[in-house]
Amino acid sequence: MAATPWDSELARELKERFGDRIIETSTYLGQNFIVTKPDAAIPVLEYLKLEADFDYLVDVTAVDWPKRPERFDLVYIVYSFARNERVRIKTYLPEGFKPESSVGVHLTANWLEREVYDMFGIQFAGHPDLRRILMPDEWQGHPLRKDYSILRQDQTWVRENLEIESGQ
Amino acid sequence: MTPDATFLDSTELVLNMGPQHPSTHGVLRVILKLDGEKVLGTDCVLGYLHRGVEKIAENRTWAQFNPYVDRMDYVAAISNGLGYCLAVEKLLNLEVPGRAQAVRVILTELNRIGSHLLWLGTHALDIGAITPVFYCFREREATLNIFEKYCGARLTTHAFRVGGLQYETYEGFEKEVNEFCDMFLPKVDEYEELLTGNRIWIGRLKDVGILTGEECKEYGVTGPVLRAAGVKWDLRKAQPYSGYEKYEFDIPTCQNGDTYDRYMVRMQEMRQSVRIIRQAVASIPEGPIMGKAPKVIKPPVGEAYVSIEAPKGELGYYVVSDGSTQPYRVRVRPPSFINLQALDRMIAGGLVADVVAIIGTLDIVLGEVDR
Repeated sequence: MAATPWDSELARELKERFGDRIIETSTYLGQNFIVTKPDAAIPVLEYLKLEADFDYLVDVTAVDWPKRPERFDLVYIVYSFARNERVRIKTYLPEGFKPESSVGVHLTANWLEREVYDMFGIQFAGHPDLRRILMPDEWQGHPLRKDYSILRQDQTWVRENLEIESGQ
Repeated sequence: MTPDATFLDSTELVLNMGPQHPSTHGVLRVILKLDGEKVLGTDCVLGYLHRGVEKIAENRTWAQFNPYVDRMDYVAAISNGLGYCLAVEKLLNLEVPGRAQAVRVILTELNRIGSHLLWLGTHALDIGAITPVFYCFREREATLNIFEKYCGARLTTHAFRVGGLQYETYEGFEKEVNEFCDMFLPKVDEYEELLTGNRIWIGRLKDVGILTGEECKEYGVTGPVLRAAGVKWDLRKAQPYSGYEKYEFDIPTCQNGDTYDRYMVRMQEMRQSVRIIRQAVASIPEGPIMGKAPKVIKPPVGEAYVSIEAPKGELGYYVVSDGSTQPYRVRVRPPSFINLQALDRMIAGGLVADVVAIIGTLDIVLGEVDR
């Protein structure tokens, strides 16, 4: 089963308004998602919030595809209380691309984007407080990247802060 | 001529709370900026319990990862397991038999009661009421005994499998669950007698840590915190899963969104859980407990986001499959982590003593915040 086009008023509205900045509107397993160009993600989020009642940002996350030219999927999940409907917004980012932060649209994004930065090294432009959140501040490397082995550690950090030699 | 400024001129004090502090419910470090007793701002330092659950998922098979999710919100391990199983079943497009669905609902609701009881006991303890914690743990023990008899484990239960259940219910399961319900409802009244009208309890909780419905939506706060602010939203009703649409229950809400209202909402929720459990027990269908799950789980290439109403709020799993036996990515949308973000807003202008009340009322589990 593959994703099928998402036929709805909202999808048409979005396409009309954003034109070719929206690459795809599809449905898979009954879940709707939109693929946008990287610079359109925030305007789409804003449009969905202000014009279509998608007022709750559920999650922001990323997926690493190292073999692809656009290495990362950046995924926003939004929900509308009024419509009882969920939509995913996806963009594909090349390594080093700095997407605009969505904190200006949804305050929830603050910690969520910090986590994405911490785990994937995606830097959000205009984020008010872009620090690591789960890993120590001085840690080197971004653990959820596919080229970061599960056994890898920041040996220097471990030696300096825990005063042990890592056995791994 | 004015004298040189001394340290006495500064009115701000930075106070470090945690990570080893009993009222942070785990290893949470909060840096507080104070002006006397008043809190001006907070900064949470997280990650002390970070185990890289999402990374582990990518290095296990779909089935092997199942027990790991129990270790996130270990107070409500069964909810975590249910969410994960539903997400993988969604990817596989798999139907779960009615019998398995009913047993899942019973165990999940028992677990919700257990989670709320642990919250109530420790929250009351934080505020200074010693007694409730003993009562709460006594009743929670009864739920744990049922889990133990069912699957052998009490805390991190790994009760469900992708496709249904591994174990049939034990002899006398229905009877024991019903007995628990009969025993439990009057106990909720007893807790309320201890706390609801208590002057100290009201004094410490009323109008403390107010979060309005609009603020909740801005911060993505869900669960009892959202409902206490008057938003009648519960995923079990809004987007029913595992057969919740078959059961009658109400969504308790309050209006003020303060710490006291969150307490009232959770007390009501325990009663509603009993209502659901009773209906589910009375109508467990006969039949198989496993759906047509493949022996080796290999979901087709694709992705799905599935979320459930966990005791703390919306617990979601964003799962991505590349068609192999291992998950390509499992993202957990942790309610505790996202609810904790609202701490700063809730505390602003409050007193140091309120910090303890507010951390307690958010009902966070650090295992889930840090994953």
